[in-house]
Amino acid sequence: MNKLTVENLFKRFGDNEVLKGVSLNAKAGDVVSMIGASGSGKSTMLRCINFLERADDGAIELDGERIVTRPGIGGMRVANPAQLQRLRTRLAMVFQHFNLWSHLTVLENIILAPCRVLGISRKAAEESARAYLDKVGLPQRVADQYPAFLSGGQQQRVAIARALAVEPEILLFDEPTSALDPELVGEVLKVIQALAEEGRTMLMVTHEMGFARQVSTQVLFLHQGRVEEQGDATILDQPSSERLQQFLSGRLK
Amino acid sequence: MIELIAEYWKPFLFSDGYSLTGLAMTLWLLVASIVMGFFLSLPLAILRTSRWGLLRWPVQLFTYVFRGTPLYIQLLICYSGIYGIAVVRSQPLLEAFFRDAMNCTLLAFTLNTCAYTVEIFAGAIRSIPYGEIEAAHAYGLSGWRLYLRLILPSALRRALPYYSNEVILMLHATSVAFTATIPDILKIARDANAATFMTFQAFGIAGLLYLAMSFGLVGAFRLAEKRWLNFLGPAH
Repeated sequence: MNKLTVENLFKRFGDNEVLKGVSLNAKAGDVVSMIGASGSGKSTMLRCINFLERADDGAIELDGERIVTRPGIGGMRVANPAQLQRLRTRLAMVFQHFNLWSHLTVLENIILAPCRVLGISRKAAEESARAYLDKVGLPQRVADQYPAFLSGGQQQRVAIARALAVEPEILLFDEPTSALDPELVGEVLKVIQALAEEGRTMLMVTHEMGFARQVSTQVLFLHQGRVEEQGDATILDQPSSERLQQFLSGRLK
Repeated sequence: MIELIAEYWKPFLFSDGYSLTGLAMTLWLLVASIVMGFFLSLPLAILRTSRWGLLRWPVQLFTYVFRGTPLYIQLLICYSGIYGIAVVRSQPLLEAFFRDAMNCTLLAFTLNTCAYTVEIFAGAIRSIPYGEIEAAHAYGLSGWRLYLRLILPSALRRALPYYSNEVILMLHATSVAFTATIPDILKIARDANAATFMTFQAFGIAGLLYLAMSFGLVGAFRLAEKRWLNFLGPAH
């Protein structure tokens, strides 16, 4: 059975039609990379999946559970707020610009959702938060620091720890290394690769072609709001569509 | 000078034998209006930043009126103006409330500081990076929980430097209370001046008392900023 099914998402911003019916199927353990030029709709597609952006039309199913939506101004809404909240903690998002809560320490960032949304006790949440810090390769002393005192790579690893702390079924990565200095990209990719090797289900919007080739079980190439080509990681070496060939030859591999 | 201090130190600091006066009264005016203004301003600041005009505009009108008129006039209207209206005097509850000078003064002060505080907090709420709000949504925080756990704690910290300014300005603004017969520092200074004609000394002492309180407030807020504002990073 599919872990996540996305069917025929449509999204427009004013006159600009960003998604023109995109679909994807991910099984448990799949690592799906979404690639494409900027403006191709890949980030919008990812954001529509956890309703940070409201698609105009389409359907989303998680573990066979259909998300019940109703149409509204500015896109579909989830009909039941409790279902939306549950959906959002089952999918954890890692953002391009980290989006850590700047007035909270690293530890408080990691335990906020477990304590306040999932209702886990503070003590238990802190304990697992420290374990997640280890997992993303950060020393325990950063736990009491504020995000602004950390490097970009460290902040993104805290953001990954924050995502892991809600024990999500699927991790969503929105260009997790695009805002990092080149020398900091490696440390973050290493953490993501380790997660992929654990068999976690992940959806990743990325510009790191080499990395996508290495970890992906599925690659989606988006072009102008449509899935132009999809397949396993080999399509990055032998693209069949002309668009993907152009896209790949236009960048360093 | 010595005689003046010998005779007036007690009323200047805390009591003239009948009621709270001087420094103690000024402190009471400040603390009462600041505390009430603070709690009143939190929900209003949230409404002030609302997406819906129907919620935002009434608050905007309130802050516009109270920031757009002098505190002295607001006090005159609360103290003498409202009591002059026949309807108010015919209602026992309103009559009792507005007959009392302290009620009128605290009402005017509270509404005035509340209006400024609403704008300070609303500005702080708007200054939270949108990505942080979006991340909160993405992790299932929404509605009142989002405000209670994330937006207000972050906004209040960001507002600290501006809020400390408002508190100190409010301290100085309490000196109009004497016009409503409230025996604050300035009222005692005027009494001392009228009785002794030592004008420089009487008002000088009042000035020193305000100066000392401001000094205390500045120090307290500096400590608070050190404790709650260092998240902004090493550059701050």
